[in-house]
Amino acid sequence: MSATQQAPRRPAGGGGFGPRGGMMGSTMPAEKSLDFWPSARRVLGLLRPERALMMLILVMSVVGVTLNVIGPKILGNATNIIFEGVVGRQLPAGVTQEQAVEALRAQGQTELADMLASMQNVVPGQGIDFDALSRTLMIALVVYVCASVVMWGMAWILNGVVQRTAMRLRRDVEEKLHRLPLSYFDTVPRGELLSRVTNDVDNVQQTMQQTFSQLLTSVLSLIGVLGMMIWISPLLALVALVSVPLSMVVTAVIAKRSQPLFIQQWTETGKLNGHIEEAFTGHTLVTVYGHQATSEAQFEERNEQLFRAASGAQFLSGLIMPLIMFIGNLNYVFIAVIGGLKVASGQMSLGDVQAFIQYSRQFTQPLTTVASMSNLLQSGVASAERVFDLLDAPEQIPDPETPAEPRHTGGRVAFQDVSFSYSPDTRLIEDLSLVAEPGHSVAIVGPTGAGKTTLVNLVMRFYEIGAGRITLDGVDISTMTRDELRGQIGMVLQDTWLFEGTIRDNIAYGNPDATEEQILAAARATYVDRFVRALPDGYDTVVDEEGGNLSAGERQLITIARAFLSEPSLLILDEATSSVDTRTEVLVQKATTTLRSDRTSFVIAHRLSTIRDADLILVMEDGRIVEQGTHDELLEAGGAYSRLYHAQFVGAYDDDLADPAAAPAGMPLAP
Amino acid sequence: MLVRLLTVYLKPYTRLLVAVVVFQLVGTIASLYLPTLNADIIDNGVAKGDTGYILQVGAVMLAVSLVQVVCSVAAVWFGARSAMGFGRDVRGGIFTQVGRFSAKEMGRFGAPTLITRTTNDVQQVQMLVLLTCTMMVAAPITAVGGVFMALKQDVGLAWIIVVSVTVLVAAIGLIISRMVPQFQRMQKRLDAVNRVLREQISGIRVVRAFVREDEERERFGVANDDLTDTAMRVGRLMAYMFPTVLLVLNVSSVAVMWFGGHRVDQGDMQVGSLTAFLSYLMQILMSIMMATFMLVLVPRASVSADRITEVLGTEPSVLPPVGPVTTTTERATVELRGATFAYPGAEDPVLRDVSMRCGPGMTTAILGGTGSGKTTLLNLIPRLFDATEGEVLVDGVDVRELDPATLHSIIGLVPQKAFLFSGTIRSNIQYGKEDATDEEVWEALRIAQADDFVSALELGLDSPVSQGGTNFSGGQRQRLAMARAIVRRPEIYLFDDSFSALDMATDARLRAALRPITLEATVIVVAQRVSSVIDADQIIVLDDGAVVGAGTHDELLESCATYQEIVASQELVEAA
Repeated sequence: MSATQQAPRRPAGGGGFGPRGGMMGSTMPAEKSLDFWPSARRVLGLLRPERALMMLILVMSVVGVTLNVIGPKILGNATNIIFEGVVGRQLPAGVTQEQAVEALRAQGQTELADMLASMQNVVPGQGIDFDALSRTLMIALVVYVCASVVMWGMAWILNGVVQRTAMRLRRDVEEKLHRLPLSYFDTVPRGELLSRVTNDVDNVQQTMQQTFSQLLTSVLSLIGVLGMMIWISPLLALVALVSVPLSMVVTAVIAKRSQPLFIQQWTETGKLNGHIEEAFTGHTLVTVYGHQATSEAQFEERNEQLFRAASGAQFLSGLIMPLIMFIGNLNYVFIAVIGGLKVASGQMSLGDVQAFIQYSRQFTQPLTTVASMSNLLQSGVASAERVFDLLDAPEQIPDPETPAEPRHTGGRVAFQDVSFSYSPDTRLIEDLSLVAEPGHSVAIVGPTGAGKTTLVNLVMRFYEIGAGRITLDGVDISTMTRDELRGQIGMVLQDTWLFEGTIRDNIAYGNPDATEEQILAAARATYVDRFVRALPDGYDTVVDEEGGNLSAGERQLITIARAFLSEPSLLILDEATSSVDTRTEVLVQKATTTLRSDRTSFVIAHRLSTIRDADLILVMEDGRIVEQGTHDELLEAGGAYSRLYHAQFVGAYDDDLADPAAAPAGMPLAP
Repeated sequence: MLVRLLTVYLKPYTRLLVAVVVFQLVGTIASLYLPTLNADIIDNGVAKGDTGYILQVGAVMLAVSLVQVVCSVAAVWFGARSAMGFGRDVRGGIFTQVGRFSAKEMGRFGAPTLITRTTNDVQQVQMLVLLTCTMMVAAPITAVGGVFMALKQDVGLAWIIVVSVTVLVAAIGLIISRMVPQFQRMQKRLDAVNRVLREQISGIRVVRAFVREDEERERFGVANDDLTDTAMRVGRLMAYMFPTVLLVLNVSSVAVMWFGGHRVDQGDMQVGSLTAFLSYLMQILMSIMMATFMLVLVPRASVSADRITEVLGTEPSVLPPVGPVTTTTERATVELRGATFAYPGAEDPVLRDVSMRCGPGMTTAILGGTGSGKTTLLNLIPRLFDATEGEVLVDGVDVRELDPATLHSIIGLVPQKAFLFSGTIRSNIQYGKEDATDEEVWEALRIAQADDFVSALELGLDSPVSQGGTNFSGGQRQRLAMARAIVRRPEIYLFDDSFSALDMATDARLRAALRPITLEATVIVVAQRVSSVIDADQIIVLDDGAVVGAGTHDELLESCATYQEIVASQELVEAA
């Protein structure tokens, strides 16, 4: 199971557009940030380099929102002009407005009279004043066009700000990776780390993109609209304002109720996905061990539980929209009724009521936006927290300011009383001393977990030692720069890591300055050339991430060629335990022999030939070197090495082993 | 494909879906009725100064709002149930189907994509169903109803609806059509950035060992710039969206006021109708905007639906027998008679005419290079594949006629990749034998050379095993996987290169401990190391899918060139 598979998938917000984020936002995993406000402030801090633009964006939002807000009021004036025209036409021509009002009162139509009295430009007998109407509508048109242009400009600038900020965040995260000590990579599970640098960073960007502009315009609109409403009619504004706490309460109540259901939905999803992953990855086992029916029953049960949690959560969160709409409608009804009464009594113009209705609609919309943003914000800030966590992780000790120059005298490596452990409470390597003379090959043997890999990792200075010192040609490696040290060492690991690129590029990884000639020479020396020539694209064959198009042995050969090209003075080699196909195996062996000649080498050895030919064999057990010497010396000594040798290489021939009764006695290494 | 998947899997929810449509219809009509009532208030209440009428209509509006909210809530309820039920059923369908797959189909798809298809792809389609039920259904109803209601107010202004809808659809369509390819490009570039990061993390030792931090930084920088560049383009296109929609909406309302004003002046229209017409136009445009946004989900869901139907439409190649045989005549025998296996459409068979026989107490080793067909041969025995030609007999019965439960109870398989299930050590060993006692479990662990590290664990058998067994080392996993097979005490042991993750000393001890319990069983071992197979009763040497040698170590040393080559490469000759 690759780490990518395990990385939690967070649904992206529908690529940025959708029904105003609402529905999408509510399906996010209910991830709470630990410390919302400080982290949110730090996210805003990421924008510091764009301060000037952010100010500009703020100004533009204010202008854009203001223009949008006064639009309905102007349109309301237009309605008034029309309405006044209609009323005016019904009145007999030649009378003044006052006379008409008097006449209406005399007829007993007091309400109509009140309304007429409040109108400003009624010319009895005359219809709609189209000059005034066209003037008003032109103004409205200009206002609206300007509003859109300003909003567009703001979105354009904001986009740049957000993208650049995201780019910087990604860059910071990547650079941080190179400064983290290797122990960090050991302690944080790979899937977890990957998820932080990819999913979480993405999520932060998405959140910034979706919330910044909407939140800003929504809040400003709320303020602007409220201002306009109060200006038109304080009483109606009060009615409309009641809907704010009402909407908030509804949202809060539903959110509170749906939160546990969402958490349940996500845990159930996690469980179900885990079950699916296991059942599919272990498909062979499930089949052969006859667990198909059990597995299916378990799946059914979890699937059903997920259904229950999910439909509950979706129903509850789906309620927010209709309920807020209902509150909006209530608002609408009350404004229509109260407004109607006020117009009828002449306290308000019809245009104002119409404008007010539009405002009240504009009022509920940003309200829902803000409400639905809260989920998105929570999840975004939680992601940001995880990213900041990574950025704040302690870094490896910086290289010395005045680094020692290595002497390049053939690669003599010495360990002096070195102690090391991965964690303070366990001991791994203690008081270890050894010397590898220039040009010598050192074979490290011992059971799994004895500390063989740790030993070579210390030479590479992948970890800092606890006590003692390691010297290369007499210079303490901790006084050199890491680059200087590692530049002299070539490493071939069992884990044949190649990056996605051509075979040529992968070999050249060992030495970026290598010429094509040198690359080919390295490839020939390490038997890469032979199989590459058989590939249709030759050296331009792209190695994919999982390396599916190359066999394990071929991948190993490429890593050997890579090390060969780097021309190291010191070589570290971890021999593959599970051998690849036999013919390639021979080549791998020959290639490593070529690579080792005339170089000091540390080999975690599994092959007899490597061990036997070594100038020095280190036998490790539990982090200690229990024996060291040459093959013959150690065999003679009859200690740990001798036992290991007989068990591993000769044991198979021991006739006693074929007899089951004698087997335990024939097992010298049995605990 | 999307349509077919939806029709098949939504069928059980027909009644719920009808309910959704009905409720949405009523709800939409209710919300469309409000502006008409408002117009009524203005024209018959306000204009005539009739406060009683205003209150009366106000009460009706309140009732209508109530109907509307009840309908919406009901629609959400039925919608959520159908969409989530749909998701549940499709997931169940895929899971059951994959359960019936043989190793051939598993190999064709690969576990990772099957997992994504069951989880993410289903999620995509389910999301579409949910949003359709809760929002998209309402959009066309609102649009059609809105047009109807608006025309009822005034037909003369109908052309404004036509023009503004056309402009809106064209504008959004233009922006989205330009955005979609950019989105795809952005996804690719995002993948590229993530790939570089993934490579840097998994290859951190190599990067540092070769001092390539600067080059990696540069490589990442290029990917990062590329991504930012495309994201910037997408963002700029997106910046057009909101202001454009707003502009269309606002200009339309100005147009309505102007042309409506003229109609009012000519007495063709009342002022209240004008206001109502404006409200309806806004509702129409909003619903069309919503529908357009939703339509963007369709291509994505459609791709997912294709991937789902592909799985559902794949017929398993290994089918259980019609009249299964449950009793066998022999015990612990495996026989292959001219077994050949080829992948469909492949030019060369993976296995060619392989014949062999293994009996009780016998250890058979299968040796050969990568791709020589060793694992395929082994997989024929538990019927993970069916031989394309020839036959495979277990305990004297053709595996194609044997009851799968019987066949599986005979076999204990240790696969190449030691896979553990999440749970505890005990639950993992009991996977091999459900009612195994702790003594049996410990005995199996002892034989598998796993007792020492398990007993060293604080929680012993109750120690948690994470998914895939990642909290144990490769060698430990391998030994636990062996214990799982051993606890069954099967008649036939199949070890697929199971010794490779062990160091040679453990390997030797394990084989010695196995011997007493396998006296009457058949052991078949796929191996790489000659040292692991040297004392096997027979060694089958495979090369390119064909048997090139069979016999004991000594016989093969003399007669088989491929075997000699393998031995030479591992230098065992010298060791002896």
